[in-house]
Amino acid sequence: MTQFSVTVNGQKWEDDIEARLLLVHFLRDNLVLQGTHVGCDTTSCGACTVLVDGLPVKSCTMFAVQTDGREITTVEGLKQNGELDPIQVGFKEEHGLQCGFCTPGMMLVSRALLDENPDPSEEEIRWALSGNLCRCTGYQNIVKAVQHAAEAMKPEPEPALSRRK
Amino acid sequence: MAVTTNPSPSPSKWLGKSVKRKEDDRFIAGRGNYIEDIKLPAMLHMAILRSPYAHARINSIDASAAEALPGVVAVITGELLATYKLAWMPTLSGDTQAVLATDKVRFQGQEVACVVAEDRYVAHDALELIEVDYEPLPAVVSPQASLEEGAPLIRDDKEGQSDNRVYHWESGDAAATEEAFAEAHRVVSLTTHYPRCHPSPLECCGAVADVNPASGKATIYMTSQAPHAIRTVFAMVTGLPEQNIQIISPDIGGGFGNKVPVYPGYVVATAASLVLGRPVKWIEDRTGNLISTGFARDFHMTGELALSRTGEMLGLRVKMLSDQGYAYADAQPSKFKAGLFHIVTGSYDIPAAHIICDGAYTNKAPGGVAYRCSFRITEASYLIERLVQNAAVELKKDPAEFRRKNFIQPDQFPYTSATGFVYDSGDYERAMNLALKEVGYKKLRAEQKARRKDGTGPLLGIGLATMTEALGAGPSRDYDILGLKMFDSAELRVHPTGKAILKLGVRHQGQGHETTFAQIVAHELGIPPDDILVQEGDTDNTPYGLGTYASRSTPTAGAATSMVARKLRDKARKIAAYLLEVAEEDLEWDNDMFSVRGAPEKSKSIQEIAFAAYTDHPLGMEAGLEGVHYYDPPNLTFPFGTYVVVVEVDPDTGTWKPIKVVAVDDCGVRINPMIVEGQIMGGLTEGYAMAAMQLITFDDDGNCIGANFMDYLIPTSWETPHFDLFDTCTPSPHHPIGAKGVGESATVGSPAAFVNAVVDALSHLGVTNVEMPVTSGRVWEAIQAADGS
Repeated sequence: MTQFSVTVNGQKWEDDIEARLLLVHFLRDNLVLQGTHVGCDTTSCGACTVLVDGLPVKSCTMFAVQTDGREITTVEGLKQNGELDPIQVGFKEEHGLQCGFCTPGMMLVSRALLDENPDPSEEEIRWALSGNLCRCTGYQNIVKAVQHAAEAMKPEPEPALSRRK
Repeated sequence: MAVTTNPSPSPSKWLGKSVKRKEDDRFIAGRGNYIEDIKLPAMLHMAILRSPYAHARINSIDASAAEALPGVVAVITGELLATYKLAWMPTLSGDTQAVLATDKVRFQGQEVACVVAEDRYVAHDALELIEVDYEPLPAVVSPQASLEEGAPLIRDDKEGQSDNRVYHWESGDAAATEEAFAEAHRVVSLTTHYPRCHPSPLECCGAVADVNPASGKATIYMTSQAPHAIRTVFAMVTGLPEQNIQIISPDIGGGFGNKVPVYPGYVVATAASLVLGRPVKWIEDRTGNLISTGFARDFHMTGELALSRTGEMLGLRVKMLSDQGYAYADAQPSKFKAGLFHIVTGSYDIPAAHIICDGAYTNKAPGGVAYRCSFRITEASYLIERLVQNAAVELKKDPAEFRRKNFIQPDQFPYTSATGFVYDSGDYERAMNLALKEVGYKKLRAEQKARRKDGTGPLLGIGLATMTEALGAGPSRDYDILGLKMFDSAELRVHPTGKAILKLGVRHQGQGHETTFAQIVAHELGIPPDDILVQEGDTDNTPYGLGTYASRSTPTAGAATSMVARKLRDKARKIAAYLLEVAEEDLEWDNDMFSVRGAPEKSKSIQEIAFAAYTDHPLGMEAGLEGVHYYDPPNLTFPFGTYVVVVEVDPDTGTWKPIKVVAVDDCGVRINPMIVEGQIMGGLTEGYAMAAMQLITFDDDGNCIGANFMDYLIPTSWETPHFDLFDTCTPSPHHPIGAKGVGESATVGSPAAFVNAVVDALSHLGVTNVEMPVTSGRVWEAIQAADGS
């Protein structure tokens, strides 16, 4: 057993775990954060994507102990102060999900993209999402969901100092 | 954005409205409830040991070291199951399949033993400790070899089975077809293979079985698209009384046909829970899913089209050989051995057709399921649409023009096809014309010509597919699975406050039933969708139904929903008449209320009526406002559409990519256009996937190549093309709201459009075929092999 501590969705956890425990199983079984899914076991599908220190990581291929001292965000951490994250709103508004299984991973990858690039092109969005598989949507509405979120997150334009008719 | 060229014929506040999905709130919050999320007290974990060989005799299994591992509770073998008569089980096509191998293994990945342990990691550790002594046998890996004289007998367990033939089945009129071919001016033929692929939903299969040792009640959570049918099969297999079996199908992470059959893992988990008296959970891994569960397609097909001097289709002759794996485990109507493959005449008025189908056992996983299609229609649609493309080229006619000449015409409906389908409605030319206009067909042809002449840069190809599907199985006179008629059902209860619960016999896997079916109730009764809870998947709490596959939910359960809502409306009329003290005939229904004809201020809303049904109903009338309807569809529904794919092909490397995809779908009345379009885009993506990359193949020893997502390729957002969607609306004349179903149309129709586009790009070089998946290597080889004419 190995001692480790990790911050998940802003809450600090200390645990004594088997060194071989995968991060995804730590999150799902030990913390009962079941929104992170397992789709392939081989780092191919991205259903298990979480953010580790803000970067997308496939949690089926990372040991939990490797996250010692780091910060993790899961889908359960997207909603802040009772408000849905713009990316969550985008997925619902643009019909960016069907069965919902890939959705948490897709949203987290999208969130990381928007943190780095708040105004991505369609090509940049498609490239950013390409490590995550979806079998239902054909991706087009997922792209729209990300665009929807990007639009919603744009800062309010500065009010014009004067306006002439 | 979709353009509606013909708006819904029955406009209402809720029909045809893109209501945002009710189910999304839990999914975007990560609060879905999938099979792996089910955790019960004292739950054990099960893992499956699989065969490394495609064909081998099992001499012995030594599980002693595994049993001795701390944390292991039991190791289950076929021998143990045999003592409960559970070593074999029926398939949904009436064949048998091993639960755990006893005598032999018959495909690589077959289930040989299961470990049940306190912890999932320990269960997997224990698998490594089981010693199995195999004696390898020659593997049969092609259906052609399987049917040869002297081929090793795969199913020697079956009494009376002396060869590897699964079935021989014919459809149509052989004599009339011979006559048509005798009169033909020209015969165009195509031999092709629809390769084996796998539906591979993103969530694998799994079960949590919880048999209560005191009450005997078995509650089995299961990734099932058809929980009611599975419960009946479980009752028949295990001998448990059916009322003591509860199948709960929780949220399903995609199905596409993969989650219709019964898999050994479900059965062993249940048996283990029964024996151990504790809940047992089995979660499949991806390799297990790809290597052992319902694969799809794998039809070897030859089609011949007899043509008149002027290019009319006179007859169609088809021979098909199906690679079934070691068990015939399609989930399909028992009357039709090759599913609905005999709809192979497609959208064309072909007076005579004859189809000969043979199925063969091989040393591969059992199957094949209808992957996002109505029982093998995908293979049929592909064959006829590829054949039509080649015929047009041979006749030196434009493929659109050639189709136009041979389409079934609008005034021919209802149209009886040469193999016995009665098409309900259609207007194929209208859909094709719209697609051609939107893609800019004439310009593209000119551009294609110019590029060919120019000789530099990528070649342009334009591929069409004008598909017709038959779905919504089905009328009970023709359609059953293991004898269970393929009706479906809806149960609706409106509560005193006017809020409703709708319970259905189908089970969605992402299709949006919780929203769409609420909209049907809203359309019929005026109760807003937000006030309606749609429940599916729990056999104890939903009416009996055959499940969700073959695009059947809207045609069957959707119709049942309409019908039950109308039953309630009839009762509501009686209550309203009582409350308003008028005769029933004096009442008019308007959206969500009854009002007195000529005195509209005198009215009762559906909510007021519902309240009265529990608080102030007429004496002598049964209280409450609820009902159930079992809907036996009078016919299948026949959606259709045109898919046009434009590709660029680099003739030097064989690489190709779609640069434009236009889809025109006519699925009758659209209940929720947003959800319909979502289904179409998903279907197009799977069509592209099959055309371009998805392949499960085997080496000569029967080793599966394509057993993980690194070998079995699924399109990502990067290569998936952009889709432009359009629609026409030709309502189904027999469905209560004119809907036809849509979930699979694009998967069925679009693969031929992708392949036709690549072949079209190369047709001037003499290329007439490239087999799926159309890889750059295959394209390059086809160019090299062509005569360059």
